[in-house]
Amino acid sequence: MSAATGPYEPRGAARLAETAGAWLLAVLWILPLVYAAWAAFHAPEFSARFSPLAPWTLENFVRAWEAAPFARYFLNTFVLVTMTLACQFLLCTLAAYAFVRYRFVGREVVFALVLAQLMIMPDVLIVENYRTMSRLGILDSIPAIALPYVASAFGIFLLRQTFKTVPKELEDAARIEGANDLQILAKVYVPLARPIYVAYGLVSVSFHWNNFLWPLIVTNSVESRPLTVGLQVFASTDQGIDWSIICAATLMTSAPLLLGFLLFQRQFIQSFLRAGIR
Amino acid sequence: MRMKHRTAELHAWLLLLPALALLALFTHWPALETFIDSLHSTPRGRRAEAFVGIDNYRQMLEDPVFRQAIVNNLWYALGTIPTSIALALLMAIWVNDRIAGRTVLRMAYFTPTVLPMIAVANIWLFFYTPQYGLLEQALGLFGAPARNWLGSTDTALACVTLVAIWKEAGFFMIFYLAALQQISPTLAEAAALEGTSRWTFFRRVQFPLLMPTTLFVLVNAVINAFRTVDHIVVMTRGGPDNASTLLLYYIYQVGFSFWDTTYAATLTIVMLLALAIVALGQYFLLDRRIHYR
Repeated sequence: MSAATGPYEPRGAARLAETAGAWLLAVLWILPLVYAAWAAFHAPEFSARFSPLAPWTLENFVRAWEAAPFARYFLNTFVLVTMTLACQFLLCTLAAYAFVRYRFVGREVVFALVLAQLMIMPDVLIVENYRTMSRLGILDSIPAIALPYVASAFGIFLLRQTFKTVPKELEDAARIEGANDLQILAKVYVPLARPIYVAYGLVSVSFHWNNFLWPLIVTNSVESRPLTVGLQVFASTDQGIDWSIICAATLMTSAPLLLGFLLFQRQFIQSFLRAGIR
Repeated sequence: MRMKHRTAELHAWLLLLPALALLALFTHWPALETFIDSLHSTPRGRRAEAFVGIDNYRQMLEDPVFRQAIVNNLWYALGTIPTSIALALLMAIWVNDRIAGRTVLRMAYFTPTVLPMIAVANIWLFFYTPQYGLLEQALGLFGAPARNWLGSTDTALACVTLVAIWKEAGFFMIFYLAALQQISPTLAEAAALEGTSRWTFFRRVQFPLLMPTTLFVLVNAVINAFRTVDHIVVMTRGGPDNASTLLLYYIYQVGFSFWDTTYAATLTIVMLLALAIVALGQYFLLDRRIHYR
């Protein structure tokens, strides 16, 4: 697998230099994170003083947890990503199936209209989408955060590409057994596209877990704020500049994704590769 | 037969309906409305909204903050895109070789990608803090004078640029890594037999073969340079003195701090134009073959 550059693998001194360079960059790369972790796990007086004898503590996490409704923020984010993903799966599956399985007048035009969202991203339409939410009377709610992202052009595109590779014979066999169109979708297409659902799911969950600007604009209360916005409110107003607590809160909010990544590294990287753009 | 065809067509539209309705409501209509709004004035107090033609655009061209946001955004793009792509390529080549501990290296490079940008911004905010921050402490060891990295107009933009590079390079690395592993080992063997140097092999064989990946990564990097401003909100709020204001951050500020919605719409049109240029470039450069496996 790694023999791709076989004869060009550096040897001797060159190899040493390469290894040293790679490790140096890695250390530099991880340094800000390690620094934050140091501050989070030590008492405030050690947050900027490095001493091997400094006692480790979880006190900062406890104080952060008590200082802001993080439990609620976790719940909100959990509801947000689950709801978004479920709706995305449903809508994108149906739409992709329509594009692959049916011929109808204007199919190409409609597909182009869908793809337009890849360019006109919800991320930049904040002003108008805010007005729409206000007219719908759902400002400051979790659905308002999710709605602009639910009909994902990217999801439709990805699933359409996958559904196209489903062999016609499988579909015909199911039809002979008396399955109707929706049953064929559920019994033939969806199971065959499983890896793509996993990949898209991971990418979607990490995107919405991390999304910030739109939720910041559209939410205004503890009941609807996701973790990212909660963290920002906490870090900018509730605390002065108690870095140990802010670092603890920061690590806490990223922990689920970070742990997931460390445990399922290969799966994560494969998914990002498969799904490419977020 | 005709009847059956009709029913099938109806089914297709029913399947598409939910997705299309939401796309129309949250993509197509707002895009159109943005344009319409940009031709109107923002209602203020007793003054109702009125059609003002291209007044907003004229105001925009004379707005020094808008100009600065564009210039900043271009510098930001110029700072993040080539650097993160070059670093990604370097990381991928290193991790692809059989270096000791390559799994750990790959993880170190990729980890920033999984973190929320908002968390990353907080971590770097701490890193840059005057006096306390690691950066100041490290520089202090070498006797460098203390300075406020995020609070100075000279360095604020460079500081947020660095954060974006840190966050992005590892993400692009995985695409290069996958592409490198696709290159057939026989190519390297053949080139080695001919006595080609490693640098020539990279320049004449690997790099051209990686071109589709480079273009794919490039498009994503350009888009990210315009649509991600989370770190600006946390680290500098566009300051000091607009030194780190990016276009989307300015839209956010005009729309939600100054509540000048029609001017924000005018700025959004510029943003959409920028994205349209990227999309056109992608269409012609990428030959419609997006990097898929």
